[in-house]
Amino acid sequence: MSNVFILMLLRETRIVFRRPAELVNPLVFFTIVIALFPLAVGPETQLLQTLSPGLIWVAALLAVLLSLDGLFRSDFEDGSLEQWVVSPHPLVLLVLAKVLAHWLYCGLALVMLSPLLAIMLGLPGDRIPTLLLSLLLGTPVLSLLGAVGAALTVGLKRGGILLALLILPLYIPVLILGSGVMQAALHGLPTAGYLLWMAALMMFTLTLAPFAIAAGLRISVGE
Amino acid sequence: MNWTWFHKLGSPKWFYQISGRWLPWLSVCAALLIMVGLVLGLAFAPPDYQQGNSFRIIYLHVPAAFLAQSTYISLAIAGVVGLVWKMKIADIAIQQAAPIGAWMTVIALATGAIWGKPTWGAWWVWDARLTAMLILLFLYFGIIALGHAISNRDSAAKACAILAIVGVVNIPIIKYSVDWWNTLHQPATFTVTKKPTMPIEMWLPLLIMTIGFYCFFAAVLLVRMRLEVLRRESRTRWAQEEVARQIGRGV
Amino acid sequence: MSFDSFAEFLAMGNHGVYVWSAYGIGFVILLLNVVSPLLARQRYFKNEARRLRREAQQ
Repeated sequence: MSNVFILMLLRETRIVFRRPAELVNPLVFFTIVIALFPLAVGPETQLLQTLSPGLIWVAALLAVLLSLDGLFRSDFEDGSLEQWVVSPHPLVLLVLAKVLAHWLYCGLALVMLSPLLAIMLGLPGDRIPTLLLSLLLGTPVLSLLGAVGAALTVGLKRGGILLALLILPLYIPVLILGSGVMQAALHGLPTAGYLLWMAALMMFTLTLAPFAIAAGLRISVGE
Repeated sequence: MNWTWFHKLGSPKWFYQISGRWLPWLSVCAALLIMVGLVLGLAFAPPDYQQGNSFRIIYLHVPAAFLAQSTYISLAIAGVVGLVWKMKIADIAIQQAAPIGAWMTVIALATGAIWGKPTWGAWWVWDARLTAMLILLFLYFGIIALGHAISNRDSAAKACAILAIVGVVNIPIIKYSVDWWNTLHQPATFTVTKKPTMPIEMWLPLLIMTIGFYCFFAAVLLVRMRLEVLRRESRTRWAQEEVARQIGRGV
Repeated sequence: MSFDSFAEFLAMGNHGVYVWSAYGIGFVILLLNVVSPLLARQRYFKNEARRLRREAQQ
């Protein structure tokens, strides 16, 4: 059983690396959105530093959201999705592998880029590990919840905006927690509690979301 | 417990008949309760010590807010029923209840905002309750939009069911995180509703209005569901007879 | 009664604008939610009547 999980993971990796340029897109988007803010509100360091927790999180959230539309689309169009649904392998496992791949090549990439952008926004260097940890715990939730929306809308012609509409309200707790961690860190307050909450949220989503994703895929394929 | 009534709901015809008998009672109760509640609340309840007469908005805001939340939970319950027992009635219920719930959320938001002006001096404040209501409105928009986007009626109902269930699981998480976010940023806030020490002249109209609103919701929902049932069952004899009867009554 | 006169009732202790606009909006929305499904029902029966008449003529 775990064999099929690894096979799926390898498949996704191969597909992603066939077009390495696409790997870069979410990262560039992330950077541009963050760069927009100093341009919009002025370069004053104190202001940017105050804004930085929320800013990094919103930008990361939007970058993940944009990359989600294509998560299942090509599989839907070439018929592989249908094969997965009717295959004897548990759909939940296949789905988990797909979302893991998405997180590795999108979410994790954002996490690794974030220190650079955080410094550009004036975040003190010693707070960066906290930022990394919070993003590390939060981005899987973004991928998982987003995949639920992607599964429900994959069959639709213009699913993109609808996907955003469905998923953004669900992203709000992660956003609040994630930027809350950063704000606490900025003010020198203890962050362990928030991080534990984020870990709990991640575990919770990891356990339940795959079932919702699988159910959504079954509906979209059965259409 | 006798669950026959539940399984009978699988028959649209039975639903239509039984809802036809409940509807007049629900409508009358709704109208009466709301009128009595309004009179008591607007004219007879004493003005609030701190907020003066603007607190009377509570008699509209709180029932609407309760209903907005309960309706969303009902959507999720109907979703489970539809997915597990495959009852078409549950699918119809989700589709017809969602807009009513969304409107209730709008009432709660609008009255909450208007209430905020004399109380806090601003037309909109990002307090925990209003913000959570706003997020609830977004969740409703999502369900309504998804329902309209999928062309196959049964698939649309199933998709909305899943979204409603995912949403309902998230609602406690959203509420807690918004409450917590609010205490982070606004250490001392007024709560929009008064806590327990309300004299009976103040909370009795509230209770009456809330029950009245629930009856209102049930009545409106039944009207909407009945029409949809007639539409879907238009090929059956009982539906055609019913339509003929209604036309005969003079439209 | 908490108010001594109807004028006072309308004024709501100078919060009248807020109270009545809130209730106004609420009332309009509730009315909309009652009228709209009833009108939809009427429309459906009208259309069905027309369709039946057409089929009877054929």
